[in-house]
Amino acid sequence: MSVQIEESPTTDGDVITNYTINFGPQHPAAHGVLRMIMELDGEVIERVDPHVGLLHRGTEKLIEQKTYLQALPYFDRLDYCSPLCQEHSYVLAIEKLLNIEVPERAQYLRVLFAELTRICNHMLNIGAHVMDVGAMTPNLWVFELREDCLNFFERASGARMHSAWFRPGGVHQDVPEKLLVDIGDWLDNRFFQLFDDAMSLVVDNRIFKQRNVDIAVVGRDDAIAWGFSGPMIRAAGIPWDLRKSQPYDVYDRMEFDIPVGTNSDCYDRFMVRLAEVRESAKIIKQCIRDMPQGPIASTDGKVSPPKRGEMKQSMESLIHHFKLYTEGFHVPEGEVYVATESPKGEFGVYLVSDGSNKPYRCKIRPTAFSHLQAMDMMSKGHMLPDATAILGAIDVVFGECDR
Amino acid sequence: MSAVLHSAPKYASNEGVMDALCEAISVWLDHAEDAHGEIILTVKRDAIADVLQILRDEHSYQQMMEIAGADYPERAERFEVVYMLLSLTKNHRIMVKCSTDEATPVPSITGLWPNAGWLEREVFDMYGVVFSGNSDLRRILTDYGFEGHPFRKDFPMTGYTELRYSEEEKRVVYEPVELPQDMRTFDFLSPWEGSDYVLPGDEKAGEPEPEPEAEEVEEKPPVDGVEFDIEEGDDT
Repeated sequence: MSVQIEESPTTDGDVITNYTINFGPQHPAAHGVLRMIMELDGEVIERVDPHVGLLHRGTEKLIEQKTYLQALPYFDRLDYCSPLCQEHSYVLAIEKLLNIEVPERAQYLRVLFAELTRICNHMLNIGAHVMDVGAMTPNLWVFELREDCLNFFERASGARMHSAWFRPGGVHQDVPEKLLVDIGDWLDNRFFQLFDDAMSLVVDNRIFKQRNVDIAVVGRDDAIAWGFSGPMIRAAGIPWDLRKSQPYDVYDRMEFDIPVGTNSDCYDRFMVRLAEVRESAKIIKQCIRDMPQGPIASTDGKVSPPKRGEMKQSMESLIHHFKLYTEGFHVPEGEVYVATESPKGEFGVYLVSDGSNKPYRCKIRPTAFSHLQAMDMMSKGHMLPDATAILGAIDVVFGECDR
Repeated sequence: MSAVLHSAPKYASNEGVMDALCEAISVWLDHAEDAHGEIILTVKRDAIADVLQILRDEHSYQQMMEIAGADYPERAERFEVVYMLLSLTKNHRIMVKCSTDEATPVPSITGLWPNAGWLEREVFDMYGVVFSGNSDLRRILTDYGFEGHPFRKDFPMTGYTELRYSEEEKRVVYEPVELPQDMRTFDFLSPWEGSDYVLPGDEKAGEPEPEPEAEEVEEKPPVDGVEFDIEEGDDT
């Protein structure tokens, strides 16, 4: 590392050098295990070198050893704040290779829960971002809402966080009608009341604005070149949302807007997420309104398991069940790259199949990789405390970044 | 191609795109295919940067979202490096790839897209593919001081070293991996289709008389052979 030495007129010829600090890996504002080597000139950041990989678990290698179905729960554990959205990319990639039809109800259910996940994720990020820059109360309030979301996941899948609920060809189980009613009620009667209250404390708050406005401004061209996606690219004023431009499942039937920012600073990123929560709520309501009755998983017995009752009656179903949960299904040879709009940006899965029952290669595109890489570019010239605001606005989760 | 039944992301049609792109980069093109709705262009390794620049500047693939490595040990050039490009204006995706081996470097594209830096580092870390022109080719995801390239197919899933906190030495120590039982890999492939097992005893069957009829009689025992195989795995 080069050490800059200069003589300052104010120190009577004493030599002042830049110094290097270690931000993380154990730092409450590092959002997990991020280690950043920062070179500071006084309190101004000269250079940032993020060291990632402290949470690397070799997920992609593990997936190569598992059948397609067994590999699914690994996706919950990537970005553990938005589990269902990652499963979405993975099941769509398998479906693309298999070219199977997913029943309408399953598509609606997947969209509904992907959007609920988005709200859940944004609740955490908005709260964490606000807390990173010094406000405590809103975080506690929005965590209450996050808790409600987790309860809904539990009622649908049996697990609060790692749902493993999406399946190639549909979803695992149907939801009770009461759950859909309750989600609708929650949005109408509880969610916005609490959310608006909490946000009224920050959006116009003087301190919050001082900490976020004009911090880490990234121009449109830079945002494109650095491979930004999700709220990061939308805050730069580019209305790019994969749900709109490359719709999957029933997103093409949903009516919603894409919020964009104007200044591309941390405050805009925050506000884009705020607006996205409202759009997600709109989508959820449309899903509940339009959801048809019907099967929730593909009727192709080679891909999705038979009903319990059928297994007691039909030999064929029994064989299908046995084969599916031992050998698994075979996926035709080929390779696809499927990307969906996860709450953090473009979450992609590059799946290579050699025709067997296990993925030959499964490369996961984490959203945080491109964003975190731009950390050096974004924080140059800002103050040390701004680094936490920038990190908060990136919305980084290390389960996904390090895989 | 058969009708699209799946509900995966729908972007702009591939129609005509491949011909236009193939023409533009025909000098460097090795192979082009359009399968499962994905356009995959395989190009010569040395030209990868030129090709990507042409695609970016003249065909408006503005974003490079991902670089994926893949290992095919049976090939002469065992590694593939796959670049995923996204066009925001045309709303289209393509994949461009080139192949390489352990020793031959791939030209870096950090000059075209700044976010290629970390992605190339990751491919280097996981597969040992070297990128010429990347000034910061450090390891990225593995531990400080890690040796080997874990995503290669010949790297065992358990790895070679494990670490623990040693109470005596008051620090984390690295030791060779010791498994109380062997790593078990069940592939569950049916022995009648797909798999290519050498079942115990099978090699004797072929040797003395390669008579097709006699072999067919001998084919039956594999059922026992498989069960025996699994039992053996369970015991260890």
